[in-house]
Amino acid sequence: MRALIFLTKFLSQRRKAARVFLWFSFVLWRLCLRKALLSSLVVLTLFTLASAQKKSSCIECHIKLDDPRLSTPARNFENDIHRTRGLSCNDCHGGDPNADTSKAAKDPAKGFLGKPKTLDIPAYCGKCHSDANLMKRFNPSLRVDQESEYYTSVHGKLLKSGEQKVATCISCHNVHGIRAVSDPLSSVYPLNVADTCAKCHANADYMRSFRIPTDQFQKFKTSVHAKALYVKQDLSAPTCNDCHGNHGATPPGIASVANVCGQCHARQAELFQTSPHKAAFDQKGLAECITCHNNHAIATPTDQMIGTQQGALCINCHTNGDKGFVAGGYMRSRIDQLIASIDKSTGILNLAERKGMEVSKPKFDLKAATDALTHARVLIHSSSTAEVDKVVAPGLEVAGKAYQAGLDALAELSFRRKGLAVSLVFILLLALLVYLKVRQIEAR
Amino acid sequence: MKDWLDERLSISALVAIAQKKEVPLHRHSIWYYFGGMTLFLFTVQVVTGILLLLYYRPSAENAFESVQFIITEVQFGWLIRSIHSWSANLMIATLFIHLFSVFFLRAYHRPREITWVSGVILLFIVICFGFSGYLLPWNKLAYFATKVGTEIAGVIPIVGRPALRFLRGGNDVTGATLTRFFGFHVAVLPATATVFIAIHILLVQLHGMSVPPSLAKENVGKMKFVPNFLLRDLIGWILAIGVLAALAALFPWELGEKADPFAPAPAGIKPEWYFLFMFQTLKFIPAKLLGFDGEVLGIMAFNIIALLLFIVPFVDRPPGNPRRRLLFNVIGVIALLYIVVMTIIGYVTK
Amino acid sequence: MINNVERADGSAGPPALEPSRRRFLDYLLGTSAVATLGAIVYPIIRFMQPPQVIESTESSVVAAKLAEVPVNSGKIFKFGSKPGILVRTESGELKAFSAVCTHLDCIVQYKPETKNIWCACHNGQYNLNGKNIGGPPPRPLEVYKVNTRGDEIIVSRA
Repeated sequence: MRALIFLTKFLSQRRKAARVFLWFSFVLWRLCLRKALLSSLVVLTLFTLASAQKKSSCIECHIKLDDPRLSTPARNFENDIHRTRGLSCNDCHGGDPNADTSKAAKDPAKGFLGKPKTLDIPAYCGKCHSDANLMKRFNPSLRVDQESEYYTSVHGKLLKSGEQKVATCISCHNVHGIRAVSDPLSSVYPLNVADTCAKCHANADYMRSFRIPTDQFQKFKTSVHAKALYVKQDLSAPTCNDCHGNHGATPPGIASVANVCGQCHARQAELFQTSPHKAAFDQKGLAECITCHNNHAIATPTDQMIGTQQGALCINCHTNGDKGFVAGGYMRSRIDQLIASIDKSTGILNLAERKGMEVSKPKFDLKAATDALTHARVLIHSSSTAEVDKVVAPGLEVAGKAYQAGLDALAELSFRRKGLAVSLVFILLLALLVYLKVRQIEAR
Repeated sequence: MKDWLDERLSISALVAIAQKKEVPLHRHSIWYYFGGMTLFLFTVQVVTGILLLLYYRPSAENAFESVQFIITEVQFGWLIRSIHSWSANLMIATLFIHLFSVFFLRAYHRPREITWVSGVILLFIVICFGFSGYLLPWNKLAYFATKVGTEIAGVIPIVGRPALRFLRGGNDVTGATLTRFFGFHVAVLPATATVFIAIHILLVQLHGMSVPPSLAKENVGKMKFVPNFLLRDLIGWILAIGVLAALAALFPWELGEKADPFAPAPAGIKPEWYFLFMFQTLKFIPAKLLGFDGEVLGIMAFNIIALLLFIVPFVDRPPGNPRRRLLFNVIGVIALLYIVVMTIIGYVTK
Repeated sequence: MINNVERADGSAGPPALEPSRRRFLDYLLGTSAVATLGAIVYPIIRFMQPPQVIESTESSVVAAKLAEVPVNSGKIFKFGSKPGILVRTESGELKAFSAVCTHLDCIVQYKPETKNIWCACHNGQYNLNGKNIGGPPPRPLEVYKVNTRGDEIIVSRA
């Protein structure tokens, strides 16, 4: 009996062995050793059910402690991705999870590492996460260079120089309750990244010694990217790590900002590179893209930004008479012209529709003009009036055609009314004549 | 020529019968026009309906687009379609006038009971025409009107659920519903209507035009149907064509947006005006009445009234007495006022 | 109000018309009736004649002529109420997709350099099966069926 208890205890800790045992039991069952097998199977099942996972005395003990600093890790670990992969406290902290006393469990001789120092955290996590052979066993597609990338970042460089008030692995990923990036509750899920970074970077008091701005998160929240992310729930919109990098987080330099924006805004970046602005900006040491559009508070661009009137960005550098001034003014006027034409055509088509005419086809065709407008607004990045004209001209033509369609619809309407008037004359005349005929017949 | 046809088709015999027909002349004679007007408008529906059939496609994918095609691409398509929609409404209006005038003038008294019954059947056929035709453009308004309407039918105890499935061609309003409604609208209902119209008109010719009981004692003048009354009918029909043309040109029937089964119902949807009084009544009935579901009670009430309509000539048999005459007049006036007031309320409220 | 006159048979009514007036009335009535009938029949006849555009362009359109789409090029066409893109691949095969980008509804274009479909708005990319292979687009482009009839390219919903 004792042997049986030992056997079941042993087996409950080794699931694979339990499976082997069950198969073995089945074979023995077939060989007709039923009664003995039945009792051992019952006991085994009960034990296996009772201890669903491997024993971890760390969690069993810590979860019962009063001090929240000691019990919280044990509680949070329930949600940790490492736990679901079969890992436990000792896989990071060392020690013996089978030991039942605190001293035995946390015996340095058994490899207990305790709580790592801040400066050691990247290496602590990197123990596994930088080991390609090890990570292959769990998730072959995960990268294993986060630790080395980290030391290229501003955080990593500062940490190496001894600064403790920087972000390390656990600052962003949390510790003990680490979720996968794809988990919406994870602190590094795209919708949560900005808040995670802002924990430090928006805290003016915390960041005082570093003398960098702390208004980035505030500014970002007003941006069109934030609107795409949080309002439209478009996860392809950029958050902090998409422009700054995540493990190698560093603000892009003046010379490379355009490449970062150009990841998505490829057309604008391409046009800018071939424009006269590129050389001018390089010479003046001006950052591409963000000089006009800002870096964090990227507002939805408006037509007011281009041109020569009050509030336009062109006149920040250009003065009356220079080539850029003329080009900016021209491009703005062409865009305004197209907008006016589209508005006029939309107006007349809506009028025709209100009056009962079916104009869904001309309205569809007018969309091509709106496309041309969008295209023109992108092409201004080339600073080339010829390029802008290349799309505005056909756009004006399309808008003109739609306007004509509106005029035709109103003409058709007018034709119908005239036709009605004529028909009514005939109809009323006929009715009158029939009436006279009736009177004539009855006069007889 | 006439003799050739006459030998084969007995035309002269028919002409003789027609020439004998007379129409009584009295202060209520004007109501005699409305039956013929309804028939004329029905003919307009048949003609415009057949024309629309040349281009209409009865599937959920194509129906809306085919109607759009008719009113934008087909020559005078806008005219045919608008006339079809307007004439449907005018026909139902004249039908109601005809119904109420026959009721108040007691034209259902013997021997005209079967004429009345066939007329009530035609009333229901025409309402089914309206309900089925309304869905055919497959626009948002029609989709939801059909959804609500068939839902209401489904509320009737015992038969409601099978009836709903029969109407919808399934549990929900889908392309199957559209095809089914199309079949009803262009085949089943026209065939049934033809039969009952034939019965109705033949009976009217057989019995002649009825004179209201109140004027039965007087010696009313008579007018020949052919050509006098018929020419007057014709004036009315010519003016009706004028009205339809004006409505089609000045108030073209809307097409709206294509139905989207997954979009929520637009706010404040209402059925067409001839259903509005019933719709409004259901809105007024409290959710629970005497322990029964309010909606079910309302619908059962309407069903019972519909059945009562059939038995009117059998309940009000001549000679009758002044009290019964008064009672039926009062019932008629109340019904008329109720319909008018409820329709107005339905239009005015959101 | 015309005063009634007594007639030969003792009845009263409006005075009878003279024969010439009667004929004139009949003539007017006849021509007026014919004219009105004509005004009714004319639209009906015109209605029955097929219009220029034979079918609604919602489920099937003539997207282009074969000559308009050379090898390794794309063309935007109207399909119902939405734009579509017709592509002739390098190997000469014709393919058609919805041209509405699944990211933010911009209109995509064919890029002969990369032989892929590209969206200029945010650098989204689709391969020649319509699958979204780069950038923000979350879903593939809807694929249409392509057939040729004579020198016309017919695109219809799959």
